[in-house]
Amino acid sequence: MKYTEIAVVGGGPAGLSAAITAAKYGAKVTVIERNDSLGGQLRKQTHKFFGSQKQYASVRGIEIADILESQLREYNDNVEILNGATVLGLYEDGVLTIEMKDRYIKLKPDRIIVATGAYEKFLSFPNNDLPGIYGAGAVQTLMNQYGVKPGRNVLMVGAGNIGLIVSYQLMQAGVNVKAVIDAAPKIGGYLVHASKIRRLGVPILTSYTIKEAHGKDWVEGATICKLDENWQMISGTEIDIDVDIICISVGLTPLADLLWQIGCEMKYIPELGGHVPIRDENLETSKKGIYIAGDVAGIEEASSAMVEGRLAGLCAANSLGYIIEDFEEEKQDLIEQLDSLRAGPTGEKILNGLEKVTKVIAGRYGYVD
Amino acid sequence: MRIDNHPILDFKRGKEIRFIYDGKEMVGYEGDTIASALHAAGVRVLGYHHKTGRARGFYCAIGNCSSCLMTVNGKPNVRVCVEELKEGMVVETQRGKGELK
Repeated sequence: MKYTEIAVVGGGPAGLSAAITAAKYGAKVTVIERNDSLGGQLRKQTHKFFGSQKQYASVRGIEIADILESQLREYNDNVEILNGATVLGLYEDGVLTIEMKDRYIKLKPDRIIVATGAYEKFLSFPNNDLPGIYGAGAVQTLMNQYGVKPGRNVLMVGAGNIGLIVSYQLMQAGVNVKAVIDAAPKIGGYLVHASKIRRLGVPILTSYTIKEAHGKDWVEGATICKLDENWQMISGTEIDIDVDIICISVGLTPLADLLWQIGCEMKYIPELGGHVPIRDENLETSKKGIYIAGDVAGIEEASSAMVEGRLAGLCAANSLGYIIEDFEEEKQDLIEQLDSLRAGPTGEKILNGLEKVTKVIAGRYGYVD
Repeated sequence: MRIDNHPILDFKRGKEIRFIYDGKEMVGYEGDTIASALHAAGVRVLGYHHKTGRARGFYCAIGNCSSCLMTVNGKPNVRVCVEELKEGMVVETQRGKGELK
């Protein structure tokens, strides 16, 4: 059995920020990351970030990954990084089990920060299992991390920010985007992203859905169809599109399996992408000593994931008794940063969701004494 | 299909890595996963569903969904989207649930 003070599950923007902050205040931190590299989904984000300077506005995601990694390595004495390590389970006694390069490891931390992120939702339609139907994020990984084109002609299903951004990045990689469709009557993502791809001549069809994919062993085409105001397909409006790739970009959902397993109180909050844990303002869940940060706490953007990471790292280190002179001030600053990131129409939805799961948790129990 | 020109990214291909895919010799590059090397070579079908026999490719590319399971060096159910490509690997299309030998 290995021992650590704070285990951070996930080395993406939230996990790295949590680890940096906790290590800065003196805590011994172990970061567990299933990939061989750190940075999570930042590694494929070639676009520049919004927000303010504190969240690296106008810096590209790929560069933010390098910045966070080098910050973490400044605290080498306090930090252990397990790469290529997948957490398998989180048990009642607070033991994490890990598979790392074909070895089985048991780790007993005093505190755990779960920053596992999210996974891409799927959509049901005939032939939706054909190879060539990929998550939009998957295509982003293939192109921007490995330099491989997914195919020649793409249908993008979903006009949220990921759908719009990945459409633009497909064109940057030299791939033809035939159309972006969305079942909703209006574009879900920022109009600045939508305008960019419209200017390049890509149609964005709202109130359209995919009726079916065609092909035997892989995608050879798709049929899309218009929806009426009750979201029902209008027959006779079908259009066949000649594509070899269909990207699904219909949202993300929190990757919360470990929280379920340890018995955190969970609630279904559509505004946050699915089931998320109840938490207090320190980002501690209903299980004592288990903190959350980033998309697993509710789907948002990497900017807020980084701030949440810092908040969870700060509070976890504080709860271990590390002396943080300006703790209340630091905490307030982070909470204010989150508030300002959540200002505006998109933030309103998130705030509505958060209101339902953020509360003072009394009589917490868990494995921590 | 590799990306040759990109306005933001500069892909420095590492050294060539040779591997065997269903008995054929193939080439990828250092830094590839098995899935990225296969996809670049035009291989999309990675396995067949154990009940329906329908073709399977990857879906998430980050190790979540288990749609990309293949047999690698005799070991079944390897998520090839997150498995680093190594010299001399023997990669096979998986049919069925796979067997540990």
